[in-house]
Amino acid sequence: MTRVLRLSLWQWVFGLVMLAGTYATYIRVAHGLGGSTNLNDQFPWGLWIGFDVLCGVGLAAGGFTLAATVHIFNLKRFEPICRPAILTAFLGYLLVVLALLFDLGRPDRIWHPLIMWNTRSVMFEVAWCVTLYTTVLALEFLPLVLQRFGLRTPLRWMRKVLIPLVIAGVILSTLHQSSLGTLYLIVPHKLHALWYTPLLPLLFFVSAIAAGLAMTIFESWHSARAFGRQLELSLLAALARVLAVLLAFYLALRLLDLARRGALPLALEPRMESFLFGLEISLMLLPMLLLFRRQVRLNPAALYASAVMVIFGFVTHRLNVSITGMEAGSGVSYLPKWTEVAVTLAIVAMGFAIFRFAAGHLPVFEGARITTEEEDRRAAAAPGDAWTPAPAEGD
Amino acid sequence: MARAILFDSTLCVGCRACEEACAGRWKLPYGEDIAAEERISERKLTTVVTHGERYLRRLCMHCLDPTCTSVCPVGALEKTGLGPVVYHEARCMGCRYCMLACPFQVPSYTWSARLPKISKCDMCADRQIEGQPTACSDACPTGATITGEREELIGEARRRMAAKPSEYHSRIYGLREAGGTSVLMLAAVPFEELGMNGRIPEEPLPQLTWRVLAHVPDVVALGTVLLGGVYWITHRRDEVAAAESPKGGRR
Ligand code: SF4
Ligand code: SF4
Repeated sequence: MTRVLRLSLWQWVFGLVMLAGTYATYIRVAHGLGGSTNLNDQFPWGLWIGFDVLCGVGLAAGGFTLAATVHIFNLKRFEPICRPAILTAFLGYLLVVLALLFDLGRPDRIWHPLIMWNTRSVMFEVAWCVTLYTTVLALEFLPLVLQRFGLRTPLRWMRKVLIPLVIAGVILSTLHQSSLGTLYLIVPHKLHALWYTPLLPLLFFVSAIAAGLAMTIFESWHSARAFGRQLELSLLAALARVLAVLLAFYLALRLLDLARRGALPLALEPRMESFLFGLEISLMLLPMLLLFRRQVRLNPAALYASAVMVIFGFVTHRLNVSITGMEAGSGVSYLPKWTEVAVTLAIVAMGFAIFRFAAGHLPVFEGARITTEEEDRRAAAAPGDAWTPAPAEGD
Repeated sequence: MARAILFDSTLCVGCRACEEACAGRWKLPYGEDIAAEERISERKLTTVVTHGERYLRRLCMHCLDPTCTSVCPVGALEKTGLGPVVYHEARCMGCRYCMLACPFQVPSYTWSARLPKISKCDMCADRQIEGQPTACSDACPTGATITGEREELIGEARRRMAAKPSEYHSRIYGLREAGGTSVLMLAAVPFEELGMNGRIPEEPLPQLTWRVLAHVPDVVALGTVLLGGVYWITHRRDEVAAAESPKGGRR
């Protein structure tokens, strides 16, 4: 009974969010960026870039991390969480492109960087990498669709190109994940010293991997609940350990860099920036300390809570770079308009909904992996489909 | 030959003739209300800013190595050989990175337009080609704004400072800021007191991102080799194991 009630509550929330998002979309189309955002000449990038794009891309980093773990490093035991991670990444990138359509002044020209080149531009590099990597993700994801519909010949081709694809995916990701940080290297005169550092590309890259792992834990936990499955606790605990080490590395870099540049005292000034800086660091430090403990890693609730903290810490850092840290230098303060928030929430909600749908209808979980040639042959010989997906329970 | 503008704040009387001439050239409405907005926007591409008794003009500085040109993903902003930095509207996709990155906070956006675009001073590029001074230089009654060759204008600025050292702050703004600009400014007081950003480095800003971007080929080459190597090693173990297993055959 309570379960039914809770689900329908979420469905209500989802409906309302989508409704608000639709109305906000109408305002964006009818009244342009001027009518739908609080952006202005002094503050041209807001929530849609800061959250939807910068955070969206970072949170999708689990895809390339796990693809590399399984297919390059040959750690096959991580296969069960690799598929969902690739699905998350693919959805994540599609939603980032959607968000860009909202943010660009001329969304009809989103393809321009593909034919109008400026190789000195970081944005140009990001545009190319994101386009190529989204294609790679689609191809990495394709085998699941092919398996679902029993299309064995194209599946055989896909297997042959899988490894080069994964390698290309890792390289493309390394490039554009760090380039999102490079974007801000051009504003030393605007970005607050607590965030401006030549290390931004490295910090963005490392924090993206951390956030990608945290997202993988987060979504495994949720889908385990939604589909009444067993949590792959030993795998997630192993990820969590890597995550703790990554966080330690990230924090060491971050703090040593601040100390070297003499920016640490700025954190003590009684200002908004200092508070949000403190929040950002705490939300990384606390889960790091927790995840170094075995009891925490093996306790689903504590593991989940730590992953959520990492995600929030990551988001706080990116919003600090793109918004908090840019306000003083731009001479204005910025708070997103309701329409900006509504569109963002709708995009996040869509992400959850599509993930849930795909997870229910494609062989994403339940030991899903790309079948081998031999298994195909056996399946072809024996009637019955080995890849019927687990029915989605509890809707 | 690179053209440039020299603005001498000590000669400016705040009559705003430059603003009006600029509005006329861009066919923008101009009146007292717009004159009172002392900020560059889609409504005025240049403005006079009042600081007590002193006036300073704001306009695109037409940097020698422009940040806006380097950041634009589609090459919509171009530094012409003659000096002006011009905008090609047909390429622009409205990402607004140029606005974020410009060290002088110059480019504006037509936020409410159905097909929005960047608006920015173009140093009267068409007039420059014909060898004419900019519309603002033409309109200036006191000679506070003049157009000329950059080298000559730097010489002129130095002469003015040498002739009346007590009337000038000892710096030509734009000589080195952001790697140098095609708009040069003189004033009686430090430029920070007139609202200019004091944190702009002397190195051209595009260098900051280029230093990282230049490594893209390295990442691609090194990444391919490394990942390929790791793949070979980790999968070799499997092959060996398979070959050595009883069913595998070799022994
Ligand atoms: S002042 Fe700004 S808009 Fe003008 S050329 Fe320099 S970077 Fe570009
Ligand atoms: S807004 Fe237009 S001109 Fe400015 S960087 Fe983006 S594409 Fe280039």
